[in-house]
Amino acid sequence: MTQQAAKVEQTGTGTPEQVRAAAEPVLPRWQKTELARHPQRPDPMAFIESIFTDFSEIHGDRAFGDDPAMSCGFARFQGQEVMVIGNVKGRTTKEKVFRKFGMPDPEGYRKALRVMKIAEKFNRPVFTFIDLMGANPGLGAEERGQAEAIARNLREMSRLRVPTIATITGEGGSGGALALAVADRVLMLETAIYSVISPEACASIMWRDASKRALAAQALKATAEDVKALACVDDVVPEPGAGAHTAPEEASRLLSEKLAWHLSELKALPVEELLARRYDKFRNIAQFYTA
Amino acid sequence: MSWFKRQGNTIESGVEKSVRTEGLWFKCEGCSQVIWKADVEANQQICPKCGRHYRIDARARIEALLEPGYELVDLELKSTDPLDFSDLKSYKSRLKKAQESTGLNDAIVNATGMLGKHRVVLSVMEYSFIGGSMGAVVGETIARAVDRAIADRLPLIIISASGGARMMEGIVSLMQLAKISAALGRLDELRVPYISVLTDPTTGGVTASFAMLGDLNIAEPGALIGFAGPRVIEQTIRQKLPEGFQRSEFLLEHGMLDAVVDRRELKSYLSRALDFMQPV
Ligand SMILES: [Zn+2]
Repeated sequence: MTQQAAKVEQTGTGTPEQVRAAAEPVLPRWQKTELARHPQRPDPMAFIESIFTDFSEIHGDRAFGDDPAMSCGFARFQGQEVMVIGNVKGRTTKEKVFRKFGMPDPEGYRKALRVMKIAEKFNRPVFTFIDLMGANPGLGAEERGQAEAIARNLREMSRLRVPTIATITGEGGSGGALALAVADRVLMLETAIYSVISPEACASIMWRDASKRALAAQALKATAEDVKALACVDDVVPEPGAGAHTAPEEASRLLSEKLAWHLSELKALPVEELLARRYDKFRNIAQFYTA
Repeated sequence: MSWFKRQGNTIESGVEKSVRTEGLWFKCEGCSQVIWKADVEANQQICPKCGRHYRIDARARIEALLEPGYELVDLELKSTDPLDFSDLKSYKSRLKKAQESTGLNDAIVNATGMLGKHRVVLSVMEYSFIGGSMGAVVGETIARAVDRAIADRLPLIIISASGGARMMEGIVSLMQLAKISAALGRLDELRVPYISVLTDPTTGGVTASFAMLGDLNIAEPGALIGFAGPRVIEQTIRQKLPEGFQRSEFLLEHGMLDAVVDRRELKSYLSRALDFMQPV
């Protein structure tokens, strides 16, 4: 926040422009949040389509339904057989509504786990791609056990016996994102964010004013740079130009390079070593305490 | 994930639902009768008239479940405020206030001891410490309870009372879900029993991780249990939620809980379950 904005903030006076500036100060972390949510930003399916070939979709959770907000299937990555999972946001207004703006229901998470188990059985690596505000907060989602579905994914991903690589491509929204991201390698695109709560929700609770979202974004430290500094992700993927949306093909190429590098590292490990490393990573992650 | 969403914007909550306030009498939220407080306190914070369960603090809970001679463990950890977080108040000042009012370093107490004839590891959340929210200290302390259960092959019981992840620790708090869930995966592989007890309230990232991963997931009557907070859901679907939505009985009906157990029966229920789960 600029000093002037801070002053306006405290006194509640100033010109209309100053008041507006104070309500929404230009802060670097909020700018990155806006980039992460840019309407032209390639969504997980766009990355999947340009990085993988021969994608063949697998539908349904075999229990309740097929979640249109989650897409899973087998595909080829540089000729290798792999499983791919991504949430789907939709591109037109109509499709966005159908896809629930990319927010999965329990059956989406259960479908994702089901296909991970198929990958495990046939010893194929799993790639997940994440760009969602969160798991769907709905009546049906609660009735069908959203919490249980997420919890189960966390536990099962932690011990899945094949290499796993998760990429936060845009917004990594809380438990709904983590349910696809308990992986050997967790990557974030340079202008992606990964957070326990959205800046808007944080602002409305802690500042009692949703318009303080930029301040909340600043406090939450959810940019790729921040999250990497806190050692909560493994690698940050550079984006071209002013963000992935300015050169989607180049953004995919840069991500693909990183994926190939991480996959080759993981494939070199015996499975017990892979599992031990994944366990140790999550058991020792985010240790911010004093004894 | 939001312990805070249902509390009408108050951050340090938890006191208003306990009956330890001034005065000898209070009006029960369950039956609207005027109740003598001492009767409720002598009854594990349950209304003797209607059975309404009020919140009980972590240490009273341990006292009620374990035989004398139990040991409190893993109490030493303190948050380092990883984000240097500040909103209208600093997180450091919220921590200090909560530490002073509860006498705890954070929202969790681990204990080891005997539950009936079973030696157990018990981990109990303290709701009155910043809404029982889970940051790095709660996460690590619960993970240490899992480690103890793994090392000594002792049954683990976790009693949840939490609004979810602790927003003021940002991504660090989210990672605790993964940490504990991974540890529970290992416990599961070793076939060591884990019973999750969900109490009022258990929501957000706590429900979406260890609270739903027990061999048995049981709840106290009338507890609010869910992933998203009721207000968030109401705002999303733009309609009032049905009566009893996200209460224990609702979850039982929808197949999400193994049982709803009265607090006065909890010890005998747990003991019976652990008989069944003993290695043969
Ligand atoms: Zn009553």
